[in-house]
Amino acid sequence: MDDFYRDYILDHYRHPRNFGHLDRVDVQAEDSNPLCGDRLRIELALDETGRVQDVRFWGQGCAISQASTSMLTERVKGLTLEEVARLSKDIVLENMGIGISPTRMKCALLGLRVLKSAAIGEIAEWPDES
Amino acid sequence: MALSAPSDVKLARLRADFPIFAQRTSRGKPLIYLDSAATSQKPRVVIDALADYYATSNANAHRGVYELAERSTEAFEAARENVARFIGAQPRELIWTRNATEAINLVANAWGRANLRRGDAILLTQIEHHSNLVPWQRIAQEVGAQLRFIPIDGMGEHVLDDLDALLDGVRMVALAHVSNTLGTIAPLETIVKRAHAHGALVLADGAQAAPHLAVNVAELGVDFYAISGHKMLAPTGIGALYGKRTLLEEMPPFLSGGDMIKSVSYEQTSYDDPPWKFEAGTSSIADAIAFGVAVDYLRAVDMSWVREHERRLVAYALARLDPLRSRGLVIYGPKNPDRISGVLSFNLGDIHAHDLASILDTDGICIRAGHHCTMPLMNLMGWSATARASFYLYNNEDDVDALYRSLERAAGIFKL
Ligand SMILES: Cc1ncc(COP(=O)(O)O)c(C=O)c1O
Repeated sequence: MDDFYRDYILDHYRHPRNFGHLDRVDVQAEDSNPLCGDRLRIELALDETGRVQDVRFWGQGCAISQASTSMLTERVKGLTLEEVARLSKDIVLENMGIGISPTRMKCALLGLRVLKSAAIGEIAEWPDES
Repeated sequence: MALSAPSDVKLARLRADFPIFAQRTSRGKPLIYLDSAATSQKPRVVIDALADYYATSNANAHRGVYELAERSTEAFEAARENVARFIGAQPRELIWTRNATEAINLVANAWGRANLRRGDAILLTQIEHHSNLVPWQRIAQEVGAQLRFIPIDGMGEHVLDDLDALLDGVRMVALAHVSNTLGTIAPLETIVKRAHAHGALVLADGAQAAPHLAVNVAELGVDFYAISGHKMLAPTGIGALYGKRTLLEEMPPFLSGGDMIKSVSYEQTSYDDPPWKFEAGTSSIADAIAFGVAVDYLRAVDMSWVREHERRLVAYALARLDPLRSRGLVIYGPKNPDRISGVLSFNLGDIHAHDLASILDTDGICIRAGHHCTMPLMNLMGWSATARASFYLYNNEDDVDALYRSLERAAGIFKL
């Protein structure tokens, strides 16, 4: 697990991309990690064709949840809400680039769950666990 | 700073009583267990007691006239007497529950519903575990009572300056004897005295105290005392509530059904005497008997040795970890080993407690990370999460040294 904390993960943890709030929010969701109570909020702004034009996330959490959400936000622009709703956990695992222990999987997937919740307008299942 | 030699010998001997420490982690590391505040490990005698009971004495207690049932009932009631004496209570003042949480719920519901009225106040503290907060929130809401809180200062200590004002109109004071998050030992005697002077009862949540301190409920003067077996070497699924005899006699039952009755007609029921009045349904008989074996073990080790051992270990840890302050280590709570039980809560630089626990896990070290079921306290203090190392009788200085090395490694990984 400790070779997990690579430079790019620490970089996203300490300098999260797309962090903060949007002026205009079209859809949004917020949730917490059941294990540690860390909270996370994601806001999306859509363009006239219904694609994600801009994204911000906000919250506090461990390096895994913060870095995975930060990296995820870099890959959602241009997607429709249907496409966001269909994202699987593979996108997160691919971003993270290294195995995640089962006890930390919820940390890694929290951002994706909140993102999908924003897209479907209700709390999404834990990705690929339903 | 080293423990004295006789103590070392005793420690080595008792560590060998815990089979779990014989194992290596999947990475081949020795198991370093620093999460006893969550649950303790079990000595061989307790594990054996469970198997022995099922192999030789299993029958439902209080429900058979045959020899086997008699043996089961006798062992079950002997365990009650044993655990009661361990905390300075009479056997008929000790109700078996599943855990401390259920013990607190029993009082909040049975005593609370019969005694609390609209406008009454319940006094808690800001340091409480959710188990000693949520049940009171619920009953307060139900009857229209008010919740108040004894403040906790930035060091994690109780502020008693306004205690008399806070106690005005209070019917029940419920507080942790020892904090699971910071280890703070509550000034229980002072609070009991002042509460009683105001006509309030006192429930102490002893989940973190009974495992680590010599507890005598009669000397403490508390009206109720809740404990969990699994935090004091016993199995999960068994806990106990101490209640003063007169209070238990007046209290209505909590759960109802079989085992807690004297006689039942289709229309009504007369209840058994305390403590059985509060034990509806078949109890965790084997676990209760094993709880008795666990307190035998603690008694043989000697609770004053346990306390002194943990006090010294905390002092050793505070000194050993001190150099890490330059890497961003912050330890929370009273940093005086005389004022705390074997619990240290901390953070290291900007490493989230969860990440820290993951890194320590790769070194075979088990610590807890998060809010420790004290979310209001965490918010009050402005901590989003802390790491917590907690010690028990089987921990030693090597465990602390391993903790130090692993924290240093984590600081390196995060370039602190
Ligand atoms: C102070 C305190 N009170 C109550 C509890 C609840 O114990 P249990 O979960 O065994 O009911 C705990 C356990 O974490 C605790 O630390």
